[in-house]
Amino acid sequence: MLAYIIRRLLGAVILLFVVSLVTFSIFFLVPRIAGASVEDMASRYVGKTADAETIRQMAEKLGFTDPLLTQYGRFVSAIFVGADYSTGPTTVHCPAPCLGYSFITQNPVWPDLVDRMGVTISLAVGAAVIWLFFGVATGVLSALRRGTVFDRAAMGVALAGVSLPIFFTGLLSLTIFSYGLGWAVPGGTYVNFAENPLAWAGALILPWVTLAFLNAAGYARLTRATMLETMNEDFIRTARAKGLNERTVVVKHGLRSVLTPILTIFGLDLGILLGGAVLTESTYSLPGLGKYAIDAIVNNDLPKVLGVTLVGATFIVIANLVVDLLYAVVDPRVKYS
Amino acid sequence: MRKQRLVTMVAAGAATVMALSACGGGGGSSNNNNNKGGGNPSATGPNAAIGKAFNPSDKKGGTLRFANAGDWDSLDPGDTYYAYSWNFIRLYGRSLMMFASAPGQDGAKLTPDLAESKGVPSEDLKTWTYKIRKGVKFDDGTPVTSKDVKYGVSRSLDKDIFPNGPTYFNEFLDLQGYTSPYKDSDPNGLGLKAIETPDDQTIVFKLKKPFADFDYFAGMPSTMPVPKAKDTGSKYKEKVVSTGPYKFEKVELGKSFSMVRNENWDPATDPNRKALPDKITVQVNVNPDDLDNRLMSGDLDVDVVGSGVQPAAQAKILADPNLKNNSDNPLSARLWFTNINGEVAPLDNIECRKAIQYAADRTGYQRAYGGNAGGEVASSLLPPIIPGAEKIDLYPSKDNAGDLDKAKEALTKCGQPNGFETNISYRAERPKEKATAESLQQSLGKVGIKLNIKAYPTGDYAKLYAGKPDFAKSNNLGMMVFGWAADWPNGFGFLKEITDSRNIKPAGNTNFSVKDPKVNEAIDKAMTEKDENARQKAWVEVDRKAMESAYALPGVVAKGLYYRPKNLTNVFITDGFSEYDYLALGVSG
Repeated sequence: MLAYIIRRLLGAVILLFVVSLVTFSIFFLVPRIAGASVEDMASRYVGKTADAETIRQMAEKLGFTDPLLTQYGRFVSAIFVGADYSTGPTTVHCPAPCLGYSFITQNPVWPDLVDRMGVTISLAVGAAVIWLFFGVATGVLSALRRGTVFDRAAMGVALAGVSLPIFFTGLLSLTIFSYGLGWAVPGGTYVNFAENPLAWAGALILPWVTLAFLNAAGYARLTRATMLETMNEDFIRTARAKGLNERTVVVKHGLRSVLTPILTIFGLDLGILLGGAVLTESTYSLPGLGKYAIDAIVNNDLPKVLGVTLVGATFIVIANLVVDLLYAVVDPRVKYS
Repeated sequence: MRKQRLVTMVAAGAATVMALSACGGGGGSSNNNNNKGGGNPSATGPNAAIGKAFNPSDKKGGTLRFANAGDWDSLDPGDTYYAYSWNFIRLYGRSLMMFASAPGQDGAKLTPDLAESKGVPSEDLKTWTYKIRKGVKFDDGTPVTSKDVKYGVSRSLDKDIFPNGPTYFNEFLDLQGYTSPYKDSDPNGLGLKAIETPDDQTIVFKLKKPFADFDYFAGMPSTMPVPKAKDTGSKYKEKVVSTGPYKFEKVELGKSFSMVRNENWDPATDPNRKALPDKITVQVNVNPDDLDNRLMSGDLDVDVVGSGVQPAAQAKILADPNLKNNSDNPLSARLWFTNINGEVAPLDNIECRKAIQYAADRTGYQRAYGGNAGGEVASSLLPPIIPGAEKIDLYPSKDNAGDLDKAKEALTKCGQPNGFETNISYRAERPKEKATAESLQQSLGKVGIKLNIKAYPTGDYAKLYAGKPDFAKSNNLGMMVFGWAADWPNGFGFLKEITDSRNIKPAGNTNFSVKDPKVNEAIDKAMTEKDENARQKAWVEVDRKAMESAYALPGVVAKGLYYRPKNLTNVFITDGFSEYDYLALGVSG
């Protein structure tokens, strides 16, 4: 098991290296191949009245005039040993893991990412708990009551959940529950858990429910389909024939089988969300990694884009590793060596 | 009752979200406000904050809540260029001069702020002297001296560290090679010879060319004093030292910041500021549609960007008399126009450019910007709210719909009687510019001018595409849809950047097309005219010459639709910024 984990971690490091190389190439190499000069690239980061000399100086400052390999080497080196950058009157050290500094705000990227991570983790984990519970429960009940009014209603709602984009349900929920009824706080409100846990939950309840509504729908449909298939398996008939009560049959035998595919998509979904719930954070103006990524892309802030991509990839890799390890817990047939 | 309320809310919410998809604004509206920043203001109702203060009050207290759908370029006075930022910055900083905190055109007049009076020029307009008020302090209690102002201007020259701010001082001061106080041999960072500080209350600016409007430069935020001991360069924006009535309490860049009263601000030294609220909060990067909803629900007081509400909210406000009563629809010093590129044949022939001027249906241009609520048809470059602006219409047509006969006549003179083909560019993320290109495609098509529409990314439009002369020429961009807002509301602030061909650089231009020595001559004359009235007329002449050369097709003088929550006091649009005057605002709740 330990050897397996070490192998997977080494694989993860290689994968992240490849991700960083590809992302770096997309933003630094591809524009050059497409014909953009270093001055063209630097011109995005100067004021609107900058002259040619100012643009040239900015290109030098941002390192665009160096060979691309040198630029990439500098980026990787900063992750392990940190880097220095000038603020004007002084030089500031950006300690490892330094993901560079923003071309726009001139601040180091890593502290920003750490700051935003709390918001995204709060949003993703809270929503995941809700959608996992309601999605799986609805799916199981629908499967057990196949063809009933409950089944049809639940699947109808699930279909709506999958179909409605979050910028629709999000704005609608704010209009009704926040500005109309006054039951929820307005968009853009976020309180740190450590400061006030109740206010933290109060600020996130609408985003949680909206995000969970979207995802729960998929889980309900998947759980229902898998559960229907499982409940027709031989081992379920055997369990019933042995005289086990229906509750034990469903929970201990049926549901356990359903968990493997649920776990697979849950790991992926959670990993992706932890890298930034872009639409939810934008709709509710939450300062998380997703909003950070969008702002970085809009502003062509390449170090921020690189940083948030690496962090997102890391979350996905870790989530997948955790899911793979959990398979062994959920399914006794799985053994790692 | 409760159920009915819920149903109403659901319906309202659904309407809001459905309106989102109706992007681009509707056609014309019934709002017919049409005067210089005025309209028909009444004590209450639509446009009540245009030309006079709505809900005037001197009551102090409360929290004034701003929000921003984007983010500041910087809170640092030496590194900011957004109009809203220059409006807002007066809450925490004092420049030598400032726009008076007054409604309408009075708000476009300069008044001394940190300075005791307007600048005293030398005979040749190359030396400007200001005396600084006594008793002004930083928020830590340290007295402000002329050296702090000099240091503030000097550091703003360093475009490596402060890339965002304007470059007027770089361009006009007699720098003699000086680049930055951070590379200065003087340990105090005061080695710049172009600014002298003979004593703590006097500051003298030395220019390399004469300039009559220097007081406007003295009104830029970069003349706000910065104490060298507290200067942290690019990190200074995290903790700006205040000289205004408010100082920073908490700053979380990219998220929010708050300001509280600065106990070291002495009202006796400041005749310009009422400082009504006790506290100011600002949230940034807020979803723009949610921001409008919060304004209308009373959860927020001001959209700080000051460009008006989004199309979804605009549709709601114009359709609902109650909401409309709390809105203002003023003209601004912003022009939507299209450059005509003389580098692309056959537009190198003035008659072909004139054919475009005559054939363009300007009412279609106006519809592209949302009809009357979006702006008024323009016939020249200088917006009417700029003091001294005059109506110039060299290419008139009935109902502004275009004069096809005159257009055909011009085409014949140009040697293209059957028309010609060229490309028109617009910024891809701007649906109104796309609608403009399509409208021009239709109207010019009537005289045989075939336009092929090309979209380019907004962020790189000026730097890599339309604003890069080589690219524009090689891609046959004969017309380039664009827009421009004044750095400040006078002829120089509006016209120089878009009409002076000596400004044209290899890339990143603001003047895409106007290349006429006669225009340049007129600009030089206007810049050195000492008498203000004569100077205003000289800028009108620049406008006329630019229209005569037909390098720019004026489209629409922009109007914004602003929502004014009921609890705001002392609300008025200032022509200084074409926004609500943030210095004057208070709250009643």
